[in-house]
Amino acid sequence: MIQYLQNNVAVIQAALSQHVFLALVPVLIGIVVSLPVGYLAVRFGFLYHPLLNLSGILYAVPSIALIVLVPTIVGIQILSPLNIIIALSVYTIALLVRVVADGLKSVDPLVTEAASAMGYRRLRRLVSVELPIALPVMLAGLRVATVANVSLVSVGALIGVGGLGALFTRGQQLDYTPPIVVGIVLSVLLAAVCDGIIVLVQRRVTPWTRAAGRIAA
Amino acid sequence: MITFEGVSKVYPDGTVAVEQLDMELPTGELTVLVGPSGCGKTTSLRMINRMVTPTTGRVLIDGVDVAGQDEALLRRGIGYVIQAAGLFPHRTIVENIMTVPALVGTSKKTARATAVELMERVGLTSAMADRYPVQLSGGQQQRVGVARALAADPPVMIMDEPFSAVDPIVREGLQAEFLRLQRDLGKTIAMVTHDIDEAIKLGDNVAVFQEGGRLAQFATPRELLANPADDFVAGFVGRDRGFRSLSFDSAASLDVAPLSEVTTGPEQLVLDQAGRPLGWTGAGLGSTASPTPTGGAFQTTDSLRLVTDLAITSPVGVVVRVDEDGVADGVIRHTSLMQQLEARRRREVDPA
Amino acid sequence: MSDGLLGYLLDPANWQGGGVRASIPELVLTHLWYTVQALVVAAVIALPLGLYIGHTGKGSFIAINAANAGRSLPTLGLIILLVVIMGLGFGPVLIALVILAIPPILTTTYAGIRAVDPAAIDAARGMGMRPLQVLFRVEVPIALPLISSGLRNALLQLVATSTVAAYVGIGGLGRLLIDGLSLNDYGRVVAGAVVVAALAIVLDLLAAGTQRLVVSPGLTGRIPKRQLRRTAPAAPAPALAPADGVAATTSTPETSTPAPASSDRDGASS
Repeated sequence: MIQYLQNNVAVIQAALSQHVFLALVPVLIGIVVSLPVGYLAVRFGFLYHPLLNLSGILYAVPSIALIVLVPTIVGIQILSPLNIIIALSVYTIALLVRVVADGLKSVDPLVTEAASAMGYRRLRRLVSVELPIALPVMLAGLRVATVANVSLVSVGALIGVGGLGALFTRGQQLDYTPPIVVGIVLSVLLAAVCDGIIVLVQRRVTPWTRAAGRIAA
Repeated sequence: MITFEGVSKVYPDGTVAVEQLDMELPTGELTVLVGPSGCGKTTSLRMINRMVTPTTGRVLIDGVDVAGQDEALLRRGIGYVIQAAGLFPHRTIVENIMTVPALVGTSKKTARATAVELMERVGLTSAMADRYPVQLSGGQQQRVGVARALAADPPVMIMDEPFSAVDPIVREGLQAEFLRLQRDLGKTIAMVTHDIDEAIKLGDNVAVFQEGGRLAQFATPRELLANPADDFVAGFVGRDRGFRSLSFDSAASLDVAPLSEVTTGPEQLVLDQAGRPLGWTGAGLGSTASPTPTGGAFQTTDSLRLVTDLAITSPVGVVVRVDEDGVADGVIRHTSLMQQLEARRRREVDPA
Repeated sequence: MSDGLLGYLLDPANWQGGGVRASIPELVLTHLWYTVQALVVAAVIALPLGLYIGHTGKGSFIAINAANAGRSLPTLGLIILLVVIMGLGFGPVLIALVILAIPPILTTTYAGIRAVDPAAIDAARGMGMRPLQVLFRVEVPIALPLISSGLRNALLQLVATSTVAAYVGIGGLGRLLIDGLSLNDYGRVVAGAVVVAALAIVLDLLAAGTQRLVVSPGLTGRIPKRQLRRTAPAAPAPALAPADGVAATTSTPETSTPAPASSDRDGASS
């Protein structure tokens, strides 16, 4: 194992950096798209069910199928990193739209009423009141999406673009466990680090949730 | 009868929840356990159906130690009502009520019939039978809780703050209906509340507990108001206990003056054609055509507390008594009332 | 180009059995068989475990964090690792599938049991139900919305993982994807993707329908219209009291917003 690590630092590093890129870009795209879409689903009641049902369907579809179907629809090469990014973005958006919508819905209507009564206009109220209150739920969903993405990127190895997944296929072809183990360990560590970062951000940004936890304890 | 013999409850960390409790709750009566938080009333209550085991002592129901019996079978014979109702949200109302009969093996048909009958008894319509708890208001859920406890017709019932989770108006209604129910059923009931007024209103007996799990006094409501055992009980019962104790005495014992006393003179009672009081007229009061309202009248079935209150609110310090048809048949002045109350007090202190 | 890509899917020869290659329906059945096997084994392990941990509170750390940990395991990596260690065949794959399916079932079962209103449990005990009766007549039915959403999650996950597992040589719809990729037959790849996507959607709908049948309407709030005529003042849903810190610590939308598992037609969240 150690020998493998020593001899293949470059390969591992390349795989890892590709993995980070392929995992995080869809997350960012997902956040950017799901916030307005989720908001619209809540703002216009008639959109809620259609949007959420659509999200549900897209989420149910196995990601490998998405990875392969996206190029057929969009018209690009199947064996391209763009597929992974688009497919994972679709998956992340499908997950986060629901989380954003439910997070906003979970804000106590009495609070939003109070805000309006104090003179907040709609946009300011959304940004200053509703989003912060909905943040814990949304950040919880973001953790799930990020960890899932980190795990899913390696499936891209099936089309040759898999970040750490390349280590898995390597190991399988050579019938050799070290790269597989290294790949799994790094993938899990990466997921844990991303998860931890979001938790830290959550603590910084929503300090009131910790206080509530202490009182309840 | 429920008996506590030398019962105490001490938790592993040393907290004494109940201290040397000896108490007897008479059969067929409603005994209310009341006291401030941490006084051990709920712990004591829960020892009756063995949700809590005593550290020392025994709890007996009709002479049989509850510890010797099968836990589950014991509980199926004791009605259990808790504060949050604890209804099963996944079952309909009627299914909730049928829980214990189902446990003891009653046929579904019989159980359902009993359940529907009980629903009407506690003030719910049978149309609600197939609804779910989530569709009911808080007061309605409490009623279901009571019906559920009564379903297997247990001789004993224990109730933990059954009416405190609803607003005061609903609570009053529930209390009144529960009293009516108990008059019909005559079960042996132990009830816990933190509200001394509720205890005095509902209980045949009241057990006042003190912080630390000590029983401070066990007495009838009237006795409790008249003779609190110590400063704690007196303080807990409240300052106007003298006035409140008047609730237990009937106005039938009052001597009233005849109506002729108020048909002439500076203040006159105006009656309608049937003889019902309309109001007062005279110096500083309304005219004969529109007299100042009396503010209310009492019957012989009312309490002295009501009469005293009417005497205070009457515009002329005179209270009118009426019969069942509302026809005035006597008056009493506040001075006469106070003299009679004073005479009554002296009789109680020195019967000779 | 699209004509070529859909060619395999639309060719009737690929839908009839008896040929050299497995037909699409045969692959679907094999795929389902793998999925069901793994789901049953995972459920047999995770359901009792989740019920036990939820009921007693012991070992809650495992239950709370299982879903997170499980989600961070790369599926392809785990499958390949087990195959390299244990050899080819369905056995190692089944083990990998089960390992990946246990966490969502375990965590949501635990969360479901913890979320049951303590008053309902106290009432059940006080009325004379024995511990197992309390568990199966009260706790499990009340926790059923969450438990069933966990099973639904696991089901979808297994459909996806079984597809990927074709890489190590087993059957199922993934075969079309893997073989198609290695033969540059993109028509075959698309066929596999379309059919597996359709299969996943159909199974999700079936799962949602089953949930609706099995979960008491008193829990989901889906009261039949005829009973809604009278507007009773809304009482707070009595059973699903906020779970003690589970929602925060598990960080799964499964507890607050079961994301894939409740996209049912009428939108009531399970």
